[in-house]
Amino acid sequence: MSAPGVNQSRRRLLVAATTAVGAVGVGFVAVPFISSMNPSARARAAGAPVEADISKLEPGALLRVKWRGKPIWIVSRTSAMLAALPTLDPNLVDPNSAVAQQPDYCKNPTRSLKPEYWIAIGICTHLGCSPTFRPEFGPDDLGKDWKGGFFCPCHGSRFDLAGRVFKGVPAPTNLVVPIHMYLNDTTVLVGQDQGAA
Amino acid sequence: MNKLLAAFTLALVPVLGFANTEPQTQQANIDLTNQASLQNGAKYYTSYCMGCHSLQYMRYNRMAKDLGIDDANLRKYFLVGDAKPGDLMTRAMRVDDAEKWFGVPSPDLTLVTRWRSQDWVYTYLKSFYVDPTRPWGVNNVMFPNVAMPNVLGSLQGQQKAVMSHHAGATPVAEGVEPLTAGTLSPTEYDAMIRDLTNFLTYAGEPVQLERQRLGVWVLIFLAVLFIFTYLMKKEFWKDVH
Amino acid sequence: MSAQETTTTGFMGWIDKRFPATKVWNEHLAQYYAPKNFNFWYYFGSLAILVLVLQIVTGLFLAMSYKPSAAEAYASVEYIMRDVEWGWLIRYLHSTGASAFFVIIYLHMFRALLYGSYRKPRELLWIIGVIIYLVMMATAFMGYLLPWGQMSYWGAQVIVNLFGAVPNIGPDLSTWIRGDYVISDVTLNRFYALHFIIPFVLAALVFIHVVALHAVGSNNPDGIEIKDDLKGNRWSPTAPADGIPFHPYYTVKDLVGTVVFLAIFSAIVFFGPGFFGVFLEAPNFQPANPMVTPLHIAPVWYFTPFYAILRAVPPMYDSQFPGVIAMFASILIMFLLPWLDRSPVKSIRYKGKVTKVALGIFVVSFISLGYLGMMPVSALATVMSQLFTVLYFAFFLLMPIYSSLDKVKLVPERVTA
Repeated sequence: MSAPGVNQSRRRLLVAATTAVGAVGVGFVAVPFISSMNPSARARAAGAPVEADISKLEPGALLRVKWRGKPIWIVSRTSAMLAALPTLDPNLVDPNSAVAQQPDYCKNPTRSLKPEYWIAIGICTHLGCSPTFRPEFGPDDLGKDWKGGFFCPCHGSRFDLAGRVFKGVPAPTNLVVPIHMYLNDTTVLVGQDQGAA
Repeated sequence: MNKLLAAFTLALVPVLGFANTEPQTQQANIDLTNQASLQNGAKYYTSYCMGCHSLQYMRYNRMAKDLGIDDANLRKYFLVGDAKPGDLMTRAMRVDDAEKWFGVPSPDLTLVTRWRSQDWVYTYLKSFYVDPTRPWGVNNVMFPNVAMPNVLGSLQGQQKAVMSHHAGATPVAEGVEPLTAGTLSPTEYDAMIRDLTNFLTYAGEPVQLERQRLGVWVLIFLAVLFIFTYLMKKEFWKDVH
Repeated sequence: MSAQETTTTGFMGWIDKRFPATKVWNEHLAQYYAPKNFNFWYYFGSLAILVLVLQIVTGLFLAMSYKPSAAEAYASVEYIMRDVEWGWLIRYLHSTGASAFFVIIYLHMFRALLYGSYRKPRELLWIIGVIIYLVMMATAFMGYLLPWGQMSYWGAQVIVNLFGAVPNIGPDLSTWIRGDYVISDVTLNRFYALHFIIPFVLAALVFIHVVALHAVGSNNPDGIEIKDDLKGNRWSPTAPADGIPFHPYYTVKDLVGTVVFLAIFSAIVFFGPGFFGVFLEAPNFQPANPMVTPLHIAPVWYFTPFYAILRAVPPMYDSQFPGVIAMFASILIMFLLPWLDRSPVKSIRYKGKVTKVALGIFVVSFISLGYLGMMPVSALATVMSQLFTVLYFAFFLLMPIYSSLDKVKLVPERVTA
């Protein structure tokens, strides 16, 4: 179609070069638009670490705080509750917390920094409902073997008081333990740990 | 003919250059790249202004990051009340109180340098004068009958107005001259106001320097792209006679 | 047509049996023959499409963070400018894009005036274009309310009140437009909804505009119909002799124009997005306050020529209505242009001195009105506005006379280089 004597290879080269530079440009232009959908400074400020005062938390009770819009549970576990945890191991999917659903410093039998306090994101690992806190032992609806834990009303998933999931329920993994640290004996900071500061 | 039209259009401009009735402003001569000045301005703002005037679109941690203020200093010198670093820089005073005390709500100043100008803000802060007829005993050349007291008066010292003398017109304040000395020398006071204006200019558009820095790269990129597209156009248009 | 209309084999063959992809490509690009003598003024059509796309894309991303309520709108714009990652860039692209759109469209329309691109057989093309311009003005006007600054608020207040000058139904009409007795949350909410949807109407109109253009073929700086001369060219034995395929020749040429435009556009976005207070006006950095009008309000620059015409016409019979009529007439008169021009030639190149002077006076009048519309009211400005308003209308209304009487030069057979 083009005139005779046209340098086709030069033409192809220029088209390829312009296309390449242009594609880089389009790539750069896409960055601001895609990034603009990330959490904004406001969302990040709202998602800043939250402090929780645990001085008034009674043994065996649960305290809810909000972090990044999600419920955070702080459970004060009695010695009876702690003693029951190892006895459940045979019925659990991941009793030793092999799956990284917790920071390394909580990869222990109680899944916590301090055994008496357990901190977790209160969202079921199945489809995102918030399980109910059922600390009592052997209630009628959950059976006599129940040693306290969490029951998800949506699809019946069961977790123990360290958030470890039982076998034979829909939830695939243990509940998530967020990063956290103790500022003093009665204050815990959720969303930040020694590593980040 | 084109030249004639251009000359005609240009000739219109002075004819229509409407008389400017606003008082003259002085040059603020700020420097947005001077972080020390910006930090000083931020300190002055939080200590002298933020009681009444919020910076409600500005976040503390954004300011700290842009101005090179570390976390410890931010908490020590800047955070007001129980504010957290991610919070907006809202004021301590309630809106209702401002209306009660000054008759008008004290405006948010995040964008003051954009709806006034940096020069205006700079000149305004230097243009308070003694006027016993006003509730706070002061008035301002740039903002006649301003509702605000002269917060920085003890630093600058008192000033009196220089009135205009136009036949048949009511005299208005045109400028100021010193009446009493303040705790700062005039040079020190000017430097302080310059820092404050610098900070407010920053707050009006925190991204300004970043925007310009990026602009240079965008233009360089487009220059490269221009070379390729131009050569490509030249090559293809060899066909067209 | 020399090349085949459809492919029958391979992937494109599969597509072409179901959708005329190759046919559309050829008819509108590869085998659309455009005159080979396009000059500087012919960049602005494709640039206008580029800016329309830019406005739709940036607008969509702004809409993700903007809140169309009186209580939150102003703060949400500052939220975009500060808290949203890159929000400042997207917002400046959109605000600068609005002004760039009008600059481009004004240059595009001026090109039509220069070369008679509204003349037969392109009357309908021109009319669609003027409709596009009207719809664009409506979109821009509604969009300007959204930042909810002082200028947004009072600008909308003044313009909506214009409708109140219509006899009898006026007050009810302006109340209906606002949905309230003043510009309020309700007005903002509906302007937002309309501002979001109208650009898609605009895109549809642009599509129709291009279809019409490709049916009649492009005009050119010589105002010669290249389709009258189908002796064939290098690419096709039946194509216009002075035509060249749009693709690749004008695609590569427009690409150069696009890069130059982007450079100017980026220089403004990155180094002066307010453009000396013309693109972003200072009073708009204060939130809307229904209790206090700024000392001096004016519409954005692209409306000021018409605003000056509005102010130039004095009230008659205790009514502002004549001014409103004059303002709308100054835009609507453009529809008549194809029938006002009686010159035997299309292009300014072959028209006589009188026409050239008339066009020059028109351009000066339009720019001067634009300048006067930005200025505060004064006796001198009003007189000047009246003078330029008369000249503006004289350009159109006297055109049948001067265009038919004016001497013309001989139009060549073939386009000139």
